[in-house]
Amino acid sequence: MAYTQPHPRQSILSTSSHSSVEHLSPTASSTRFSLPAAPSIHTTLGSSRQTATRVVPNIYDRNLNKARSSEVSASAYAFLFSEIVQYTQKRVSGINDFERRLNTMGYRIGTRILELLIWRNESSSKTPKREIRLLPVLLMIQSQVWKAVFGKAADGLEKSSANVDEYMIIDNDPLLERHISVPRDISQLSCSSFTAGIVEAVLDGLNFPARVTAHNTANAQYPNKVTILIKLEKSVLEREELLK
Amino acid sequence: MAIFGLWIINKAGGLVYQKSFAEGLAQLTSNEQLVLAGTLHGIHAITSRLSPNGSSSGANVIEGETFKMTIFLTVTGTKFVLLTSLTETIAEHILQRIYEAYSDAVMKNPFHTPEMPVRSEGFETRVNAIIGSGQT
Repeated sequence: MAYTQPHPRQSILSTSSHSSVEHLSPTASSTRFSLPAAPSIHTTLGSSRQTATRVVPNIYDRNLNKARSSEVSASAYAFLFSEIVQYTQKRVSGINDFERRLNTMGYRIGTRILELLIWRNESSSKTPKREIRLLPVLLMIQSQVWKAVFGKAADGLEKSSANVDEYMIIDNDPLLERHISVPRDISQLSCSSFTAGIVEAVLDGLNFPARVTAHNTANAQYPNKVTILIKLEKSVLEREELLK
Repeated sequence: MAIFGLWIINKAGGLVYQKSFAEGLAQLTSNEQLVLAGTLHGIHAITSRLSPNGSSSGANVIEGETFKMTIFLTVTGTKFVLLTSLTETIAEHILQRIYEAYSDAVMKNPFHTPEMPVRSEGFETRVNAIIGSGQT
């Protein structure tokens, strides 16, 4: 760090054998904002020095498999998504473009989520398996993917009665849209296009190419209700026929 | 026991949200509301410097013969003002909950510009729920 600061915790970090990489990491630099009084009490004890710096491990050093204890603040999540939407809004013209952009950003998350979920499955279960049938894949998205991203399973999975290639995932109270009020002039916009992107990426990653879109289907009971519409490609249905 | 209205004044003294809930006070035009809010902003700034020893929170309650004005100043400088009858006892509590709703439904809404008038359906519903439940 370029500046000098007579902070007790700072001096411990610099004299110990920590590499300079840790000084640049977000967790280590957060000591700049910590209250001086509380942590300095512990720094006088030799044994607790190590524990004091290891209470919050570097985000890159944490075990990928520990999903349960690592909770994220819903407010931080909401503010981050709000910024994403504002960022996107500045760069688009029209609702279609808006939704496409959000979809693309979600897609990038979806590819990573799929990778992570499969990795976690493989390390935890003795008989890891790869889903090749459509229904188990859709169920996996509805439960596992939703739990990993939003902390709860989606409220419903439905098959379209009109078209054989269409399926719908229903979320009554989507976490992303909980605090969002879309203005009237662009009321068709569904910010859950981001979620649709995640779903599209997971399906793509498992080789079930599809077009996924989000639609507001609000009713009196659930004003934020959203339907994620999955329109599968023809090849998927043909393969499904062969596997029967 | 009645709640007449709610104002939200931004840190520059502009009225960004105004809503009336009950009859009882003289109806003001929107221009008069704006002037009044700006004046209150100035008065509040003066009262916060009146304290002989150190800084002060500024005016918290302004009372008249027929109404009471409870002012809640947030750390960011936004003011929430609740106009109630004199007997209303839970004005502070209501303001606290409206502040919560404001942080949720307005500040986390990507379609709201800070310091600009509040137009958020989610906030409307939350405010109506709070005021509705508060008057029982």
